[in-house]
Amino acid sequence: MSINLNVPNISNKPVDKCVTKLNAEDVNLFYGRFQALRKITLDIPSCAITAIIGPSGCGKSSLLRLFDRMNDLIPGVKVEGNIELDGIPIYAPKIDVVELRKRVGMVFQKPNPFPMSIYENVAFGPKRHGIKNRGEMDEIVEKSLRQAALWDEVKDKLGQSGLALSGGQQQRLCIARVLAVEPEVILMDEPCSALDPVATLKIEDLMQKLSEDYTIIIVTHNMQQAARVSDTAAFMMMEPDRAGVLVEYGPTAQLFTNPKDKRTEDYITGRFG
Amino acid sequence: METRTAFHNRLREIQDDILAVGSMVSKAIARSVEALKNRDLELAEQVVEDDKKINQKRFEIEEKCVELIATQQPMASDLRIILAVLNIISEVERIGDYAEGIAKIAIMIGSEPPLKPLIDIPRMAEQTESMLRRSLDAFVNRDAKAARKISAEDDVVDHLYDQVFRELLTFMAEDPKTITRATRLVWVAHNLERAADRVTNICERVVFVVTGKMEEIGASKY
Repeated sequence: MSINLNVPNISNKPVDKCVTKLNAEDVNLFYGRFQALRKITLDIPSCAITAIIGPSGCGKSSLLRLFDRMNDLIPGVKVEGNIELDGIPIYAPKIDVVELRKRVGMVFQKPNPFPMSIYENVAFGPKRHGIKNRGEMDEIVEKSLRQAALWDEVKDKLGQSGLALSGGQQQRLCIARVLAVEPEVILMDEPCSALDPVATLKIEDLMQKLSEDYTIIIVTHNMQQAARVSDTAAFMMMEPDRAGVLVEYGPTAQLFTNPKDKRTEDYITGRFG
Repeated sequence: METRTAFHNRLREIQDDILAVGSMVSKAIARSVEALKNRDLELAEQVVEDDKKINQKRFEIEEKCVELIATQQPMASDLRIILAVLNIISEVERIGDYAEGIAKIAIMIGSEPPLKPLIDIPRMAEQTESMLRRSLDAFVNRDAKAARKISAEDDVVDHLYDQVFRELLTFMAEDPKTITRATRLVWVAHNLERAADRVTNICERVVFVVTGKMEEIGASKY
């Protein structure tokens, strides 16, 4: 499903420069003999936050992990159909997966800072991508922490362990770590489910600021969060054989005020799911 | 530190929208009475035409509110603001309809000779327009005190209405040929009186936003 973004969105972003950043066409995903996703077709716009919602087990995270080929790590996985980043098929044999994951970063459900200092956490990615100059690295670390709205809280203790931070701060550290390698797309898999409400709102606010420069896709169980934070939303559910399908995809305001599909309406009004 | 920047910006934007519609309506009141006073049919037509824009803006604001309620889970004062906006915008739009009504009466009267120079009706219009403008300012400034004061000023409009009515009654009593023209002017005054009453409803919503209490303030004589 492609999307017309020329509608009001919560952060009032200009949509005229919007292009399709990622697109999936007729994608089937199998784990062994089990089909996890069926015929998924959608365009992800560059200038937006796209939320993927749906009941447990409907394949939201599987879909998200297709975009940085994280599913490759699972034995017996098979992907059919085409997924493109800026028009380049990312499942083509010549694709360098490390390079792909530099362009498409992932933030996980549970904050997972490395057991090292705050500074080292952020510097980790750039170091592996060849940055050696200390001055340059300092700049990257500060810039990334600032973008992640964490700098003011940690600037005096960059040498301390990342694990000593609060849950919300740890998650922002993980976001800073992703930003440090200058990705184009940020995938977020339930990024707030381990956080309290205020830390959650801070991450949401941060996402909205970041979405001016990055394409963001978020998977969330929390329908209200999807409603609050996203510009476009996709609703998925399971078919009787438990394969996930895309039911409806559209501007968030429309999906939550006047969904086109009865199944979406039933889900968001709590009539099933 | 504010954590819901985008939502709160959007909320401010809706309040700016209300001020913009308020100023369109305020202009409509002034122009409708001006058209009546100066027998300016073109201006009257313009007021009727502009009312479509006001109605359109009202729907846009309502849609924005619905969207925010559906997507942002507004709480406490944020929720009261959105509910108040929904109420206020329909009051403002209705005041716009009264102005349109006056413009249509002006068109109906057309080039008939004036019954008398208009004095109190323009005063009613001025007072109503000023109350409307200040009530919306009170809303964006969360000023319940000002809202109560503005609401009390409805008496001024009611008093002028009595005056207009009594005066027109004497014309009609003296010369039945004036009844049609006088009745039309009574309609105009009635529209303005209703418009000012609507302003008092806006004031009630301001008090609600500030205090969280729904109460009737300054019940109108009419």
